[in-house]
Amino acid sequence: MANDHIDLTVEPGEIHALLGENGAGKSTLMNILYGLLQPDSGEILVDGRPLQIRGPSDAIAAGIGMVHQHFMLVPVFTVAENVMLGAEKVRGGAPWLTGGVLDRRRARREVAEVSERYGLRVDPDARIEDLPVGVQQRVEIIKALTREVDLLILDEPTAVLTPQETDELLEVMRALKVAGKSIVFITHKLGEVQAIADRITVVRRGRTVGSASPDTSRDELAAMMVGRSVQLTVSKEAATPGAPVLEVRGLVVDDDRGIRAVAGVDLTVRAGEVLGIAGVQGNGQTELVEAVMGLRLALDGEISLAGERIDGWPTKRVLRAGVGYVPENRSVDGVVKEFTVAENLVLDLYDRPPFGKGLALYPDEINKAARARIEQFDVRTSSEQAAVGTLSGGNQQKVIVAREMSRPLKLFIAAQPTRGVDVGSIEFIHRQIVHERDVGTAVLLVSSELDEVLSLADRVAVMYRGRILAIVDPATPREEIGLLMAGGTPDRDEA
Amino acid sequence: MTAVSTITVDEATAAVPAAGFWSRDRKVGAGLVLLGVLGAVLFGALATAQPARFTLSEDSGGAALEVGGTTGAVLFGLIAALAGGALLTGRAHRWFAYLLGAGVVGFVLSFLCWQVSAAPAGQNFMPLVNVVRGTFLLALPLIFGALAGVLCERSGVVNVAIEGQLLMGAFSGALVGTMSGSPWIGLVAAAAGGALISLLLAVFAIRYLVDQVVMGVVLNLLALGLTGFLYERLMQQDTKAYNQPPHFPVWRIPLLSDLPVLGPALFTGTIFLFLAIALVVVIQLGLFRTRWGLRTRAVGEHPQAADTLGVRVLGLRYRNVLLAGAIAGIGGASYTLVIYTFTKNMIGGKGFIALAALIFGRWSPVGALLAALFFGFADQLATYLGAIDSVIPSEFLAMLPYLATIFAVAGLVGRVRAPAADGKPYIKG
Amino acid sequence: MTTDTQAAPGRRPPEQNPPEERESFAGHFLRSLWAANTVTVTVLAIVLAIVIGGILIIVSDPDVLDTYTYFFARPSDALTASWDLVADAYANLFKGAILDPATVSGWLHGENGWQAVLAPISETLTYAAPLVFTGLSVALAFRGGLFNIGAQGQATVGVILAALAGFLIPLPPVIHLLVALIAGALGGAAWGFVPGILKARTGAHEVITTIMLNYVALYFLTWIIVQNGVHEPSRTDAISRPVRSSAQLPHLLGGDLRVHAGIVLAVLATWAVAWLLNRSTIGFELRAVGANPDAARTAGISVTRTYVILMAVAGALAGLGGANMVLGSTATALTPLVAAQIGFDGILVALLGRVKPWGVALAALLFGALQAGGNRMQSYSSISLELVTVLQALIVIFIAAPALVKAIFRLRAARAERLGTSMAKGW
Repeated sequence: MANDHIDLTVEPGEIHALLGENGAGKSTLMNILYGLLQPDSGEILVDGRPLQIRGPSDAIAAGIGMVHQHFMLVPVFTVAENVMLGAEKVRGGAPWLTGGVLDRRRARREVAEVSERYGLRVDPDARIEDLPVGVQQRVEIIKALTREVDLLILDEPTAVLTPQETDELLEVMRALKVAGKSIVFITHKLGEVQAIADRITVVRRGRTVGSASPDTSRDELAAMMVGRSVQLTVSKEAATPGAPVLEVRGLVVDDDRGIRAVAGVDLTVRAGEVLGIAGVQGNGQTELVEAVMGLRLALDGEISLAGERIDGWPTKRVLRAGVGYVPENRSVDGVVKEFTVAENLVLDLYDRPPFGKGLALYPDEINKAARARIEQFDVRTSSEQAAVGTLSGGNQQKVIVAREMSRPLKLFIAAQPTRGVDVGSIEFIHRQIVHERDVGTAVLLVSSELDEVLSLADRVAVMYRGRILAIVDPATPREEIGLLMAGGTPDRDEA
Repeated sequence: MTAVSTITVDEATAAVPAAGFWSRDRKVGAGLVLLGVLGAVLFGALATAQPARFTLSEDSGGAALEVGGTTGAVLFGLIAALAGGALLTGRAHRWFAYLLGAGVVGFVLSFLCWQVSAAPAGQNFMPLVNVVRGTFLLALPLIFGALAGVLCERSGVVNVAIEGQLLMGAFSGALVGTMSGSPWIGLVAAAAGGALISLLLAVFAIRYLVDQVVMGVVLNLLALGLTGFLYERLMQQDTKAYNQPPHFPVWRIPLLSDLPVLGPALFTGTIFLFLAIALVVVIQLGLFRTRWGLRTRAVGEHPQAADTLGVRVLGLRYRNVLLAGAIAGIGGASYTLVIYTFTKNMIGGKGFIALAALIFGRWSPVGALLAALFFGFADQLATYLGAIDSVIPSEFLAMLPYLATIFAVAGLVGRVRAPAADGKPYIKG
Repeated sequence: MTTDTQAAPGRRPPEQNPPEERESFAGHFLRSLWAANTVTVTVLAIVLAIVIGGILIIVSDPDVLDTYTYFFARPSDALTASWDLVADAYANLFKGAILDPATVSGWLHGENGWQAVLAPISETLTYAAPLVFTGLSVALAFRGGLFNIGAQGQATVGVILAALAGFLIPLPPVIHLLVALIAGALGGAAWGFVPGILKARTGAHEVITTIMLNYVALYFLTWIIVQNGVHEPSRTDAISRPVRSSAQLPHLLGGDLRVHAGIVLAVLATWAVAWLLNRSTIGFELRAVGANPDAARTAGISVTRTYVILMAVAGALAGLGGANMVLGSTATALTPLVAAQIGFDGILVALLGRVKPWGVALAALLFGALQAGGNRMQSYSSISLELVTVLQALIVIFIAAPALVKAIFRLRAARAERLGTSMAKGW
């Protein structure tokens, strides 16, 4: 159950923040409001009248618009085509058969008008796939506005935006508010909530846990969100860094679309330290790590592991050289859901003794080892033969961590290691990372949660637009790091 | 999975260096230069001094275009090579399509000059009317089939069952046509027959989420078995009652049918010829100019986006898939309601060439038409070459559509891109 | 994976704390439900197909249909006629596929030999053998996430090379047979390698390339048959020289019965594929790639290499199936139809066998039985053999629907995840 008796009231002309952890049920709630999901019980009132919302058309008719976290735009269509889809203006032309001939000129004009009125600059004839993310989001908002909505739902709108784009978005939201529109702003970022919301409703585990005003302190809001006062600090000794293990020099990497993602990065991770990379998601962290792992082509620069060049190596060789890797997208890259826990635990070791040799595979050995790992890493599963897909997110992540830590490592790379993981598992995984550091492994931690980086890392590298802007001490004030994450110039040199 | 052939397995992406010197233009250009030189040298050497005559009629008589065999083979080969050379410079990107066309046509003409001049004495001519008319006739079922593919796949349902739809259309057209004695009723029955296969495809693919390719393959076999069974049980037992379909008359469009070459080919024909051309125009305009088209394409590219805007994704898919089946069914009837009677497995793989034409034509109606004509031409050429005792085995020409499609999807001649949601069932929420 | 329904970076994780006991219980429950269902569903599918086949037999018989014109006056006429017609047809199907009681009593009374008793089984096994190979070919590719529609083309190339080796090279027995089999396997492997390498290098979709290669192979076959040295000089139609007896698969039960060593090879191949899938490192790789290529790649498994190997092995299996068609008792020379439909039937067999090796073998047996019985039905009840194709297609359609109802369950459980392995993927 994702939603359990939620109550929410939005007043006209207000910006109402819906605050909650990942997976708290915010998006489910909004999908119900928008007619994409049907509630099992409860009712929705618009302007005081109860309303059945069976699908998006009902929602649109009732004046509700939504900007989804993953944009609902057809990449090969133009802006105007995307905006008119579903509400096409037509002129004649056998309407009984084709619905009529599209009136493109009018659609273009509408886009221009709306973008003019609310300061949403966009070219109506540009193709969506050629536009940067921030502009695509504007198209989404225009799409809703041309349908003359009174209530606009923004689902995690800032997750993919640069700080500058975020500021622009907040501007737009204010303009909309002035124009009398209500906005529901879904987020888990406290700073933005305090910056813009008129009222805040906090959701936890599918329930509303209360509402608050924007001047409520961050600590209080965080406590409401998480349910108990969070102990994010991890107890650890001071690091004793040794020789450099991972050295990256002048690395250049492109993303899937061929756009430069890493534009000349220099990095060193030493044995026995945790280097944390902080930054807004989408600033090249993913590509940087994938290049190190041999999953993505390094266009320029050098990557060395313990003094040996590893760029150009296939992934298997990198893993075998003593690199452990927790990929950021667990369900896509981390586990094979249809495979058993035991099989997933040997996903990168299946062809080495004692699990396999040559062509032969030894399932008994695999199962035996799996039972030991399950015990050691506290994986909650019915048996080692259960399919990994039946485990909770936290336990799936433990399977990955167990797999990667079950061989001698020189370097451990953890990308978003606790995303979508329950609090208990977070603590366990954090302890394991610190333990790995303490036995002398170099650890590269990538996380978009600044708190996680600050509590685990011994040094913090701030990444912005494919570059490392600065490497600072984790004790540096948050505001200063926040400024760096937004592309501000560093005040001081490497710590 | 990602769209057909636009996907590159990730490792492969890493292996392909960012477009360096060997851009697509240059690769194609180099290929054309090779072909052109091959034509000029090899065909030129093999051609005889006999003139190659291309007559504007159905036989050796009448006006004709004439060129010496060797001269023609060398000349057209060089034209192909020149077109390739222009592309090879890497500065002719703007004229890519024209140069590619010129190169291919040049190569084909060079080949024809050799073949026609080397034909047995007295047969050194190619009757263009026959060739053009044959091309259109052989392309007809491909056009209908490919249009059926366009409708399905543009809305996100892979249609591998074109073969079955054509076959079912041919069968029900013949059966009902014979029983009713009216080709028109036969035509309607053919559309219904094709739509029946489509209905099964739609229900299983959309409602039960059965893999669409699997379903298509199974439906082809079902259609093959069903029509074969009823053919042997009914039609063979009593041909007169069940398998002597009435045929549509040949219509001539006044004035236009008197045009040289094109007149007898394009403006003289049965209803199927005109219907095919009309459907290409209507669907092309419909897809890109109307509300139905915009929604169809949206549903094929990003169904969830369409859904969030109130477009009924599944309804539209059902509608288009059924329409596609009806069109393919009519295409099947172009066999049984024009010349032939029904025979077992009479489509014989044309449905798959239609699929090839769809892909080769990049999922657009006009593209599919051109691809179908190209494949029809290859087919007609095979017949012609057989008639003049050519050394080129007709089997190799028959392979041409299939090989061309493999080249196309492998991205050797530009990339083709399927609708992004093609083949993916849509599940709400 | 590019669409929204697939996991995109940063997609919300699934709900965090479902009670583990309940979840695994639900999973367990569903799994046992499916397991129980497999047999039930298959049996139901077969029954349904047979019922529909019966209806088709009735409606396609004008004489019986006439009795329905006075159904309300005398329903017994119509019902009796229908029953007799269908019962006779299916009785012959059974007698042709499994056992004809008349031959048993004949044998007991010394009227015919034991061969006549075993003849139906012999026929069934003869038809089943090549289907096992092509079914395994399709199933193996499926498990690796590829849809091998090209088994037909691979079998065709296999049949060509096996036949060429069988009549062009003079070799002593046994060795000659081995060489011919290997030639068939290599031919199929080469024909499977092409789509594999194209997929790996350029991303060309294997469904399209294999469909196209099927026809290329078919035209190549029709061409090569009539070439000098291949064509049988004493014949005017398209038929090649016959395979030498040294390269033919030995008959198992004497010359009177057609069953040959191909079925033994088929069982061995099933065992080998089962071992390869479940007990070998390559099998581990291809299952991982089939279920989740991204995770496999991240764990260091070369997806492209796996695709190439997979398609080559699948092609080799189909090629062996083709070799069976010309080295066994079905035919000894190449004709345009020598490979019959074994590649396409192999797709049905793989689906019916739930893409598991031993399941495939059983499914092939069923299809072989239908084929063998269909022959007798055709000659004794004059019911077209095409009915068998209809039955086969219907069976697979019926098992596909509930299978996908199950897939919906799985989709609900892991909504954002990739859509199953084999049953629902895009182009």
